[in-house]
Amino acid sequence: MTQDSPQVRSTGDGFPVLDIDGLGVRLPDGQAARPILDGVSLRVQPGETVGLVGESGSGKSVACRSVLGLLPAGARTSGTVRVAGRDVLTMNRTELAALRARQVAMVFQDPRAAVNPLRRVGDFVTEGLRASGMPAAAATTRAEALLDAVGIRDPRGALRRFPHQFSGGMLQRVVIAAALASEPALLVADEPTTALDVTTQAEIIAILTRLRAEQGTGLLFVTHDLELASAICDRVYVMYAGRIVETRGTDELFDRPRHPYTSGLLACTPRIEPGAPTPRPIPGRPVSLAEAPPGCAFAARCAHAQPRCSEETPVLARYGDGLTACHRADEGITL
Amino acid sequence: MTRYLVGRLLGLATVLFVTSLVVFGTVHLAPGDPVSFLLHGRPATPEATAALRAQYHLDDPLPLQYTKWLGGVLHGDFGRSAQFHQDVGSLIGSRLPGTALLVGYAALLVAVLGVGAGLLAALRPGPVDRAVLLGTGVATATPSFVSAMALVSLFSVQLGWFPGPGGTPEGFPDRLYHLTLPAFALALTFAGLLARVTRSAMLDELGRDHVEVARARGVARRAVVRRHVLRNALGPVVTVGGTMLAGLLISTSIVETAFDVSGIGSLLVQSVTAKDFAVVQAITLLSVAAFVVVNLAVDLLAPVIDPRLSLRGEGSS
Amino acid sequence: MTTTATPAAGTPDTLRRRPGLRGLRVLGQGPMFSAAVVVLAALVLVAVLAPVLAPHDPESLDLSASLVGTTGDHFLGTDQSGRDVLSRLIHGARTGLFGPLLVVGVSTLLGTLLGVVAAWRGGWADTVLSRSMDLVFAIPGLLLAILLVAVVGSGMTAPVIAMAVAYTPYVGRLVRSIARQEKARPYIESYRVQGWSGWTICLRHLLPNIAPTVLAQSAMNFGYALMDLAALSFLGFGVQPPTADWGAMINEGQSALQQGAMLPALAPSACIVLAVVAFGIVGEGLADRIAKRER
Repeated sequence: MTQDSPQVRSTGDGFPVLDIDGLGVRLPDGQAARPILDGVSLRVQPGETVGLVGESGSGKSVACRSVLGLLPAGARTSGTVRVAGRDVLTMNRTELAALRARQVAMVFQDPRAAVNPLRRVGDFVTEGLRASGMPAAAATTRAEALLDAVGIRDPRGALRRFPHQFSGGMLQRVVIAAALASEPALLVADEPTTALDVTTQAEIIAILTRLRAEQGTGLLFVTHDLELASAICDRVYVMYAGRIVETRGTDELFDRPRHPYTSGLLACTPRIEPGAPTPRPIPGRPVSLAEAPPGCAFAARCAHAQPRCSEETPVLARYGDGLTACHRADEGITL
Repeated sequence: MTRYLVGRLLGLATVLFVTSLVVFGTVHLAPGDPVSFLLHGRPATPEATAALRAQYHLDDPLPLQYTKWLGGVLHGDFGRSAQFHQDVGSLIGSRLPGTALLVGYAALLVAVLGVGAGLLAALRPGPVDRAVLLGTGVATATPSFVSAMALVSLFSVQLGWFPGPGGTPEGFPDRLYHLTLPAFALALTFAGLLARVTRSAMLDELGRDHVEVARARGVARRAVVRRHVLRNALGPVVTVGGTMLAGLLISTSIVETAFDVSGIGSLLVQSVTAKDFAVVQAITLLSVAAFVVVNLAVDLLAPVIDPRLSLRGEGSS
Repeated sequence: MTTTATPAAGTPDTLRRRPGLRGLRVLGQGPMFSAAVVVLAALVLVAVLAPVLAPHDPESLDLSASLVGTTGDHFLGTDQSGRDVLSRLIHGARTGLFGPLLVVGVSTLLGTLLGVVAAWRGGWADTVLSRSMDLVFAIPGLLLAILLVAVVGSGMTAPVIAMAVAYTPYVGRLVRSIARQEKARPYIESYRVQGWSGWTICLRHLLPNIAPTVLAQSAMNFGYALMDLAALSFLGFGVQPPTADWGAMINEGQSALQQGAMLPALAPSACIVLAVVAFGIVGEGLADRIAKRER
């Protein structure tokens, strides 16, 4: 708490835009055997694109929602989530509203579900602006500019239409435009392309990366697709069963993954290059919230597990230019 | 949309046509000679018999009887009431305000109590929610005449706050005062239903992603509830509320009878008891008409509340 | 888009629940469900054993003992005509359950038949049957009953017939929609390929599979039919005096209520509410069990 700045800043003055430190999230007793998140630490610098990768149920969605102070009902937390230096977890309702309205914006997986179907698109795009006090006329002008920036033709007409009159890809552009309306210091994108078809995915990614570059926004990109993350991210965090198991720069992560789970994820991605190995699925299934295996949570699915792995929980330690939580990371196993 | 509307109007016409056939046919379905059925114990003077034969065109062949009768009905001529010796149309007209006031009062109570309790339950989970669920559960299982008894025994006989059945109110405020217990008796069951519908619609909407998105964008909780949850829950609430209005129109005969209110419903019951068949026919026909018109209005209102529905209407044409 | 002006046009034909009783589902799990079953079993037992259980003749008048309060002899007092309220309640369970039983029995059989035929035959048969059911659906049952009473006179006959007709489309529409889903399942096709006749498949496979859902709907309908028939008796159109019936008892107890004697009207009121709540909980509980099993 020593870093608390007296006022909320739109960009960090030396602070990372996002600094999650030792975040733990636990459901009320009896609802889960293990914490949803356990000791998660993650940083995003201004203008940086950071990937958060994991299978469904790994806790990546909970982690990215915690950035906005959105936590599961009844959850208890430990650690800190600092946005531009201020801890989100200790904010009151007013501060949270200000944080969400001005500093952090989120793009969700399914644009159809994210936009109120009964209200006009214009209402959606300008809602955040009006909530933070901008007059309606100014908000509309700004919304037109935003829709134009995400490549929607006839922005003025678009604002008057209803969400069901848009395609999924177009609607996701609207969602991105709305997210960028407040010129946030940090954009959290939770699987923003998963619900879209492939060609649309590419367009959305292009828009996201361009706007991030233009506005200098930090981007936390959450996905289950390691390939996609590597294409746009500077650094990647890999999550498994509520913990960060590996983090490093994208290139090194790809060339030399140190955690068997990371390499497993890489190996099960189909490639199109000639001579590429056939994809190998990771055996077994992810750890559910009802299970709390001792030691390394991945041990049961890991080809390299030793007795020690199911007894002692590995901690993140430095290997190469990144961190890995694996007992055998230093052995240089060819994964 | 036009084609949809035409289809719906055709459907409405079909229902009314079939109802008119049934209502007309009942005279002939009744055991025995139509005249003696229509007279039902009243002295069969030659004049009375002749009047009935003329009123129901009994000397004509059956199809002609029907068309003549229907022609009269369409011009507002429902015949003469045997018990009141009065034109049925004007008789119903004179009883209409009582029913309109009662149903209006009850509809207001249903809307306020039902939506209010539903919102309370949805927005205050835990003990408040459970209490509302229990209360509305009992309310929905309580028919209006049972509510009437309970209300009369408590608020009229025991506490003496409100007048019991009967009495002649003077002036509008006194009239409302007299109608309070009847309106509550009529409203309670429906309010319980509407509370349930409101609660589940609100809970459905509260769980939607776009509500979390709105919160994630820093929109204040109050505004989120009003602009996104309440607004979106309106659809089912209005639909069910509208069909309830139709239900109120039917249940009012029970409550009017229990509280001795002078209205269409009590007139219907009196007329059935007195075998005043022309009145029964007229009220049945008008009630079904009101019922289907209200239901149609509700369905036509739906696209106004949910813009996605207007697209569906167009899509089917 | 349907072209008829039905209240539920455009809404899916799922298990029809009056939304109010749906809330009882919260109570429908565990002890409340068991309690409701016990209440219903007790009601049936009371109805069957009424002559044995009733302490007095429910119809014997004793004008000297009019509106006697709770005494050792008259546990719930007497009504205006000096008849024992408890005995009338006990006997009232007979008419109270018998009428709805007829309504539900007839409407379930008829509705199932129409629904299965509509779903199985499809085509014009489906169109005609569905439209007819929509039509009946659009006319309120209570009104139909009153009209019929006006024609054939008071008594149980007209209300039961009218209610049976009015409840048939509720069952029919439900059966049609679930039978259509069931018909689309592969096992039906495989029986057909094996050369089984449609009737055999319907009777031996389709019906048993949709029966639980129909049963749940019927349990709920039982409560509603009980309410509707009691309302008609209250209006004086149903069960005729001096026969004991809850609805009729409330009608007769109205004047006593004005004089401060609550039991003759409130005791049967409580019985009606208790029975309707119990049927609602059982119906909802059954529906939930089916939904869980299918999940």
